[in-house]
Amino acid sequence: MLANFPFIAVGIIAIAGIVTMLLRVNIIRIIMGLTLLEAAGNFLLVAIGYRHNSIAPIFTSAPEEKIRPPAEMVLPTVQAMTLTSIVIGVATLALLLSFVMAIYRDYGTLDCRSIRKLQG
Amino acid sequence: MNLDSLVKHSPALVVALPLLLAFSTPLWSRFNKQLRNIWVVAGMCMTTLLGLFMAYNVLRYGPITYVFGASDPTQTIPHDSGGIPIRIIFNVDAMSAFMVIIIAIVGLATTIYARPSELRRKGLNSFYALLMLLIAGVLGLVCTGDLFNMFVFFEISSLAGAALVAYRIDKGIAVEAGLKYALISTVGGLFFLIAVALLYGQYGSLNIAVIAKMMQFTRLDRFALVFITVPLAMKAGAVPMHMWTPDAYSRAPSSITAFLVVSSQASLYALFRILFTLYNVTLDCRTFGWIIIILGVLSMFIGVTMALPQKTVKRLMAYHAISQTGYMLLGVGVGLATLCDQDKGGAFDVCGRTAMVGGVFHIINHAMYKGLLFLTAGAVIHRTGVRNLEELGGLGHSMKLTMVFFIIGALSIAGIPPFNGFASKILIYESVFMFSPYLAIIAILVSILTLASFVKVFHSMFMGPKLPKFAEVKDAPTPMMFGMGLLAVMIVIGGLFPTIVTENIVEPAVTALTNQSAYIRTIFILP
Repeated sequence: MLANFPFIAVGIIAIAGIVTMLLRVNIIRIIMGLTLLEAAGNFLLVAIGYRHNSIAPIFTSAPEEKIRPPAEMVLPTVQAMTLTSIVIGVATLALLLSFVMAIYRDYGTLDCRSIRKLQG
Repeated sequence: MNLDSLVKHSPALVVALPLLLAFSTPLWSRFNKQLRNIWVVAGMCMTTLLGLFMAYNVLRYGPITYVFGASDPTQTIPHDSGGIPIRIIFNVDAMSAFMVIIIAIVGLATTIYARPSELRRKGLNSFYALLMLLIAGVLGLVCTGDLFNMFVFFEISSLAGAALVAYRIDKGIAVEAGLKYALISTVGGLFFLIAVALLYGQYGSLNIAVIAKMMQFTRLDRFALVFITVPLAMKAGAVPMHMWTPDAYSRAPSSITAFLVVSSQASLYALFRILFTLYNVTLDCRTFGWIIIILGVLSMFIGVTMALPQKTVKRLMAYHAISQTGYMLLGVGVGLATLCDQDKGGAFDVCGRTAMVGGVFHIINHAMYKGLLFLTAGAVIHRTGVRNLEELGGLGHSMKLTMVFFIIGALSIAGIPPFNGFASKILIYESVFMFSPYLAIIAILVSILTLASFVKVFHSMFMGPKLPKFAEVKDAPTPMMFGMGLLAVMIVIGGLFPTIVTENIVEPAVTALTNQSAYIRTIFILP
């Protein structure tokens, strides 16, 4: 149960994000929901990469007693993936917020029920 | 630099070159605007040549792999890794080469076309930078053999695409379309990321070939399959997830719309890659094949019926893009549904393979004629400033060549014989009829409705007496003509010599898709 706790947390955060996106009408809040979903994705990556009692994959600074018998080192791929995903998330967030600014300047509202000139 | 090393490094160069162009373009314009335009077009020509060169080599001599950061780019498995590839690997097989050919040709046509249509606007620097970024993203998406890398390129193409949709702010309306596109594709991308995490957690690798080799189709794999399929089908514009397509396509600058079609096709490629290479026969072929077929039939039918009442020209064409995507899903879906019967004389031999050839052939044809149609619509809007079909008319007198290009595109999309749309549709009809006659009937019906719709567009844009308000209208400028002409020539070639295209490009692509073990063998070189 305790080992699964991170994954349950991921589920809760992701559902919170999706519900926020579906129920809110203010586009900034919708984008906040998206950020929550993004956080859930990153959290999932980190949780998958965790190995109990293992050390960081830095060969030179590994403590002597852990090298023999050889201790498990974590594979750093997921950490690298998480960092990449965070960077992509920042870029997306910046783009979306600049869209929101442009929309607010022209429409004067952030309510997605009244942002619907795109029909016909 | 000899030719061998160029071949060896071409998968990396073909993505690096547009990236270089994207970030160097704003620098050039500090010196001279004209120089920058030459730089972009020359660079794009280079990218196209390199892409075609790589595709030729792949089709002639077999797949090219490129390992990033290794001392030897062809060494997929490092000596001391215990038989596991650890680096990012680009794996360009015949299917990727097929997509690279499409991207190279349409990318060149749109880059040349874009200059006159955007000349009157400010911010051309960022326009070119984003267009090149979009091209780089799409090229990367089709070349990569790594799932996380695929996610990154998916996001790059979504972000660049969304920014380009919103590029003409258009009193906020274009930004609204851009916001919709960015929001939906980001949510899709995040689900893709979660699916990648699920697969990584089980198999400890990101490489498609490695996961395909170990694929168990456990319950988590099924979740991952859904989380990957839905975003990719969404980005391709399949029906229950299509609502962003007409908005984004109709509000983007026309050159961008033509390339967004290719970007959607690239997502379709990614979907097929996942289904055929990653899962292949481990999934329940019949059930999942039917899911894809139903997606395809819904897209075909709902797309075309939504297109009929439209009044703005690009929105109408956007709905047709959805409808045509349905044909590809139908063809490849039939292939997937019969994939488990691969033994000699089984259903796959009888109709599945031909259906897949038709569906994949339709990808290249669709990219060409839909691109051409959007470009002609863009030329008309550029010269008249009107997008509503009811206000247009009589342009056949003044825009003769554009009209000819429009006729070529319209006849091709409706599947009229001398053009390429017919060549792929007939393959789909024949083989789908053997699989299930009802599906073939729906496909033919949709084709007739498409023809009806384009007769209407043709009539209201080009026919009728010359209208006084369009008295000053001239034909489109030369670079636009060149862009449209390039695609029109490809359509006519594809229509007149379909067997040359299918035998040399499409058949190898289909073989590469269905033959999972060949893909795995490019990474794990067996003794």
